[in-house]
Formats: sequence, structure tokens, C-alpha cells
Amino acid sequence: MRLAMRELIRRPARFVSAAGPLTLLVLLMLFLGWLLDGLFLGSTGAIRAHGADGFVFSADARESLLRSSVDEGDLNAIAAVDGVESVSGIGVSLLGAEVPGEDDVANVVVAGYQLAGGVLPEPPAPGTAWADRQFNALGAGIGDVVLVGPAATPIEIVGWVDDTNYLLLNTLWVDPETWREIQNANRPDAIVAPGEFQVAAVTTVDGIDEAAVRSAIDATLGTETLTEQEAVLAIPGVPEQNATIGAVIYATAVVVALVVGLFFALITLERTGIYALLKAIGVHNRSLAVGLVTQALLVALVAFIAGGAFGLFLGSVMPAEVPLELSVGRAVFVLIAVAVAAVAGSLASLRRIVRIDPASAIGAGV
Amino acid sequence: MPALEFHEVNKTYRTGGTDIVALDHANLTVDDDEIVALLGPSGSGKTTLLSIAGGLLTPTNGAVHVGGNDITSYSAKELTQFRARSVGFVFQTVNLVPFLTARENLLVVARITGLPSKTAARRADTLLKELGLDHRAQNLPTQLSGGERQRVAIGRALMNEPELVLFDEPTSALDTSLGEQVMELIRKEVKGRETASVIVTHDTRMTAHADRTIHIVDGRLDAGAAQPA
Ligand SMILES: Nc1ncnc2c1ncn2[C@@H]1O[C@H](COP(=O)(O)OP(=O)(O)OP(=O)(O)O)[C@@H](O)[C@H]1O
Ligand SMILES: [Mg+2]
Repeated sequence: MRLAMRELIRRPARFVSAAGPLTLLVLLMLFLGWLLDGLFLGSTGAIRAHGADGFVFSADARESLLRSSVDEGDLNAIAAVDGVESVSGIGVSLLGAEVPGEDDVANVVVAGYQLAGGVLPEPPAPGTAWADRQFNALGAGIGDVVLVGPAATPIEIVGWVDDTNYLLLNTLWVDPETWREIQNANRPDAIVAPGEFQVAAVTTVDGIDEAAVRSAIDATLGTETLTEQEAVLAIPGVPEQNATIGAVIYATAVVVALVVGLFFALITLERTGIYALLKAIGVHNRSLAVGLVTQALLVALVAFIAGGAFGLFLGSVMPAEVPLELSVGRAVFVLIAVAVAAVAGSLASLRRIVRIDPASAIGAGV
Repeated sequence: MPALEFHEVNKTYRTGGTDIVALDHANLTVDDDEIVALLGPSGSGKTTLLSIAGGLLTPTNGAVHVGGNDITSYSAKELTQFRARSVGFVFQTVNLVPFLTARENLLVVARITGLPSKTAARRADTLLKELGLDHRAQNLPTQLSGGERQRVAIGRALMNEPELVLFDEPTSALDTSLGEQVMELIRKEVKGRETASVIVTHDTRMTAHADRTIHIVDGRLDAGAAQPA
């Protein structure tokens, strides 16, 4: 192993041909990962914001927020189910808006809700909104007024909330009445009745079997109650995003394994003489394998550090519209993926090393 | 106890359709502090004999004992261990690890057997000094002359204080005076450590430095080779 390190230090140039492409692959994996996380968070924040244990959809909604409808009677009936602690009606409208700091008409979400929970405080006063901090990133400030919909209904921003967006649109959180007014003024095709919402976010009492409570709600009301996870995955495009970008990330990991495998196959060929010599003076196959894997891991680590630094730099100069989530978790995932791929790739050369005959070091023997 | 014993050792190389007999009923005994010169023409089986003694090749049949142990019964793993601990080998063509300095080429052997690093460093420095390489210790093989490389290889062979050191034409790449010097050096090092050694050569002038000279022709050793001096 010492030997492997020495070689890396004394002959760094030969490892650059592996570390170079690996750096770019790490960059690609990190970027895709950060993008996937950003897309996922930006698409699902409005669901995750409530810290709810379940989301009640009407049966005919087929898990769509916009198609679902629950009324006051439903909310009361849900609240009466054993194990339910709180019920908060939620309604969302997707509308164009004039946002301060932006030239074009932006698409925004106006979401009405009843109760504090998760990252959301109590609903603000009528006509005002807690705005997702993304508005702030785009230049809006407290006291600014957003004009939403064709009716240009004004909503004043009075505070910020984090990670609450829906379908990559920035969300304004308002009280239920304000939401209904906005919906009805701007979407005459989809009028909501007084007391009506789209879904209900439910929390259960501590320590209870949450799945049982969800089943009980559906048994009583004939609704479809999803966990937060299920509700998130029911958002249009989210599973497709996960699958597509996930597949590219895993494919990249396979390419990493191939690059490492090819590189070490070549280097092993080149080092046949040295391996034979080392075996001839008594080095075990095991030590040679450890050395090989050590080199692969170190090359991968260097590539990770270089690719990570490059990625962080690029991420920091990206415009705010690119939904990159520079998460440590994703970096750790990429590090592990690259390490596993590097080990797998390098082990492909193991058989060749084992088969090198120490006798070839002296020129006699087969 | 003899350091090395060959008893009726045959080695046949099978290449394509033909069999090449490289060792033919070889019987040999080398005492535990004896220096034996093995003299013979090219292709007579000298390297083959050394390789079998050093656990690099297995004989086709016959018994090989090193330090009283029958090495023909060893597994590949045991042979690897044997090569690390019990024999030192100086190859016919100098064979050093190219990215290690002279000193590190010696130390690598000590690491294999897990010698404490202080002891190893002391031993390496002593050897390098004795071999006249103390000022070249930090040089890479490419920065050394042929003779210097040869001496590093000798140092490496002695590093683990093996019971048996095998030299395959250690002076072939050197001019006569340097060759004499290296042979002197080998004699001094080996005798000082009470190590047995076999030195392959085809240069009769070098045999003066050995306790005994054995001839090999067409894989056959002198009849008296099994009787130590
Ligand atoms: N790997 C091998 N395959 C086939 N034949 C071999 C092999 N190695 C050696 N031989 C043959 O065995 C015989 C003995 O070879 P060996 O290398 O032991 O000779 P040597 O005495 O060391 O010769 P030299 O002085 O040229 O080094 C030769 O005829 C050689 O051609
Ligand atoms: Mg030879």
C-alpha cells in the first residue's frame, strides 16, 4: 500500500489521464444530482411545508391536487375520525402575476391554508401573504405587492417562508378567504364554494398507527388519503424527473467504473514487470490488490475534490432560476457512488495481476 | 544443516511440441555459509537452477530443501512467503522498482516481512554504506549507473538476512575491475552474515571469490556437487 502511494506521489502525471475524465464525470454527477434535488424540492415544497401525516384527496381526484375538492363537511368528518389531531384545508391556484423585480409576467402559486404546521406560521391577514424566499432571491421585498391573475388582485408580501414551492413555481401563502377570492376572481371556470378546499392536510395524535388513521378516514368518507411521500410522488412530473435524472446519474457512475477499469487495465499491463518483480521478492497478491484499490480510491477522491470544487464554483455563479440544491447529502452520495465505481473498476484488473507469474521477473520460466 | 539441497531435480520446459530439459537429475548441496560459484555456458540451466532454489519455479520432479524445509511441497502462498523471508535473489538483468529510490528499494523488502521500521532503516543504511551507495541512497534507479544499480540489487537481496542468497550473473553488466569489486563485496557481505550463496557466472575469473566451483553443462551438474567442500 505504501508502494501504491509512493507511485502516486512520484508519478502523478500518469494518473492525470484517469483523474481528468473522472473529474468531469464527478462534476456531471454532482450537477445532475444537485439539479435533481433542486427540481424535487422546488416541485414538492408546497406539500412538504405542512409537516402533515396525511393528505386527504377526494376519490374522483385521482391524486391530483387541482382536481380534488373537499368541503367543510368533509373537514369536520375527518376531524371526527379517531386519532386525527388537526385538519387544515388547502387550496392552490396557478396564476400569472406581476412580481416586483421581474419584467415578464411570472407564473406563481397562490395557496390558501387554515392552520400553522411544518414551516408555515398561522395564515397571514387577508390580502397579505407569506412568500416563498425565492421571491426574495428574485428581487422582491417585504411590503412589495404582487398583482395576481387577469384581475390583478393585489397581495402584499409580509414575510418569508422557506422551501414551499410547487411545480417549480414560487408560492404565496394566504388565508383561505383570500385564496377563494383570488381563485374566483381570476378563474371563473373553476369557482370554489365558501368553505371548499382542494385537499386536507391531516396530523395524527402522537404514537398512533398513522396508516390505520388514514384507512379510517377513507373508510368513513370514501376519500383517498396519501402519506406525504405518496402525495409528493403524485405531483405531475416528479416521479418522471426522479427516474430520468436518476438514470443518467447511475449511467454516469457506470461510466466512472468503465473509465477506472480501463485505466487500471492499461496501467496493470504497463506494470506487469514491476508486479512480477514484487511477487518475486515476496509481495502477496493481497497487498498488490490493496495497492491497486488504494490507488483507484485516491484517484477517485482527487477527482471528487476537483469536480466538487468546480461544481461549487459553477453552482454559485448559476442564475437563481436554475433550481440547484447544493446539498452535502448529494455530494456524499456522489462520493460513495464514485468510490464504489472506482473499486469495482479497479478490481477488474485483479485477475490479471493474480495471473502474473513471479518467475517472469527473471526471464526464465513460464 | 545444509542451506540448500537438490536431490535428483529435473526441470523440463514444455514449449509447443518439444520438451527442453533444462535440469537433468541435478544433485547439489550448499553448506550454510558456503559460497558456491555455478559456472556454465549459456543455456546450460543456471538460471533455471537458481529459480528453483529461490522458489520462483517448481521442478518437474525431485526434492529441493532450503534450510531443511522441502519447498517443493509449498503452496503458491507459502512460496511467496518463502521468497520474502528465506531467500535473496539478484536477477540476471537488474530489476529495481523504478519509482523508488535506492534506499526505498531496500526498505520495500523489509516492509513485506514486517520488520520494525527503525531496524529496517538501520539495516538499509548499513548495507548502502557497505555497498558504497550512501551518497546515492536518495536517487532513483534511472539516476544510477549500471554498477550502482547492481549493488542496490545486491543490497535488496541481503536486506532480510536470508539463509540463502542467489546471484544470477551479478557481474555480467560490469567491466572486469568493477566485476571484481562487486564479487569482493558479495564475498564480504555474505561471509559477514554467515549466509550461503550461489553465484552464477560464465566468467572463470570470478570463481576465485567462491569457496567452491560447480560446473553445469546441458542441465547436468558435476558429479561431486552433492558433496560440500
Ligand atoms: N521459459 C522457458 N521456456 C522454454 N524453455 C526455456 C525457458 N527458460 C529457459 N528455457 C530453456 O532452458 C534452458 C536453460 O535455460 P536457462 O535460462 O536456465 O539457461 P542459463 O544457463 O541461465 O543461460 P544464460 O547463461 O544464457 O542465462 C535453455 O535451453 C533455455 O532455452
Ligand atoms: Mg541465465
